[in-house]
Amino acid sequence: MPKEAIVRTIGLKKTFLLGKIPLHVLKGIDIEIYRGEYISIMGPSGSGKTTLFNMIGGLDKPTEGKVYIDEVDIAQLDAYELAWLRCRKIGYIFQTFNLIPVMTALENVMLPMIFGGMENDEAMNKAKELLETVGLGERLHHKPFELSGGQQQRVAIARALANDPAIILADEPTGNLDLKTGKEIIHLLKEMNKNKEVSIITATHDLKMLDVSDRVIWIRDGLIERIEDRENLQIKVGEVEGEEAG
Amino acid sequence: MSTQVPEKRKIEKQLVLPLKHAFNMSLRSIKIRFGRSIIVTSSIVLGIAFLMSILSSNAFIAGIIQKGPESLKIALQQNLDEIRTRQAWLVSLSLLVCVVGIVNAMLMAVTERSREIGTMKCLGALDKFIVELFLLESSIQGLAGSIIGVFVGALATLFIYLLRYKGLVWSIFPGQLIIKYSVFSILLGIVISVIGAIYPAYISAKLEPAEAIRREV
Repeated sequence: MPKEAIVRTIGLKKTFLLGKIPLHVLKGIDIEIYRGEYISIMGPSGSGKTTLFNMIGGLDKPTEGKVYIDEVDIAQLDAYELAWLRCRKIGYIFQTFNLIPVMTALENVMLPMIFGGMENDEAMNKAKELLETVGLGERLHHKPFELSGGQQQRVAIARALANDPAIILADEPTGNLDLKTGKEIIHLLKEMNKNKEVSIITATHDLKMLDVSDRVIWIRDGLIERIEDRENLQIKVGEVEGEEAG
Repeated sequence: MSTQVPEKRKIEKQLVLPLKHAFNMSLRSIKIRFGRSIIVTSSIVLGIAFLMSILSSNAFIAGIIQKGPESLKIALQQNLDEIRTRQAWLVSLSLLVCVVGIVNAMLMAVTERSREIGTMKCLGALDKFIVELFLLESSIQGLAGSIIGVFVGALATLFIYLLRYKGLVWSIFPGQLIIKYSVFSILLGIVISVIGAIYPAYISAKLEPAEAIRREV
């Protein structure tokens, strides 16, 4: 089967103004991400990971360049279409979980489906199913503050999957979790990637993520430093971790 | 399989937030931030109670002038215009303060909930959903506050007039007028709370999702 690009960026640039001084965060990023891939965007803090993540997710507008999601130039979309894209095509996962505090786990997962126009009962059944898949079948009616960090992130994963998106964008999904919980979340993401054939794009500096990634895009100072395939990665992991330890 | 691709790529526009859900969400937002809600509501209670006390006092005076003894009539009719003008000023001022209080509290709510708003937008919420939620929340508070305010204002006035005119109050009791004023005050209370929430709701709806999530309080 030919590889089909689900996300494509061309000459992506983003400049923030700090007072009057322009800060070039992204200096021209060209990437292609294919359907069903598990991609990690790695780089030190301040390298532009999160900015790139926001551009791909349609959460922020590029200063220059184009982002295509499923071959649609997202700069051409009006507010309604953009919201629809966020609702149906993309699932978001954040470092800080970002569940709606006033809603239970079940309601959090139901929300995107409600926005998408699904009937209440149908949404509830699907949300229950998804929460069972992520291992939270017993905690449907708990509020976010009654759940641990790992559990909250599981709810967020279930919520991201609610409308069967083509892409899941995860910004530092393990950043606020301990080592073991972080691993569990990574494996859960990988499982969803395999079973549901959803492309996963994570911006991270968690090296545990390397194990499961199909490709790793290294970003430094707003430019792509290198892109590595899984085969080459196996060897590198030890080296990088060695670097980190030293 | 490849023939299905164009269909999949179609971008649609339809997103909905059914009123039932919106109402539920607003109600819960009020509940979970009950302390804040009480402050907003009590400012409406005070404003509307004041308005209602003046309106019902006018109703009693009108009743006495119409049906009461001659001696009271003359005394009450003196300076009536001047008193009414002063009352109008006081009521407008108190309602203005009330609006300012609501705007202030709601702006704080926007800042506090910035991340929540950003998240909802990531899940596909349209700007108008956010506006709807804020306006609903405010009008629920407005309704609750005005109902309490109307009771407080009317009862307090009744009590004062009972002390002053005793049994006479019952014989001239302007029931219809009081009901009319109550409905008016409740409606006005809701309108005021919605007016107070418009600007904060607009600000929150205009937040870019990325910025809203990034913002730390």
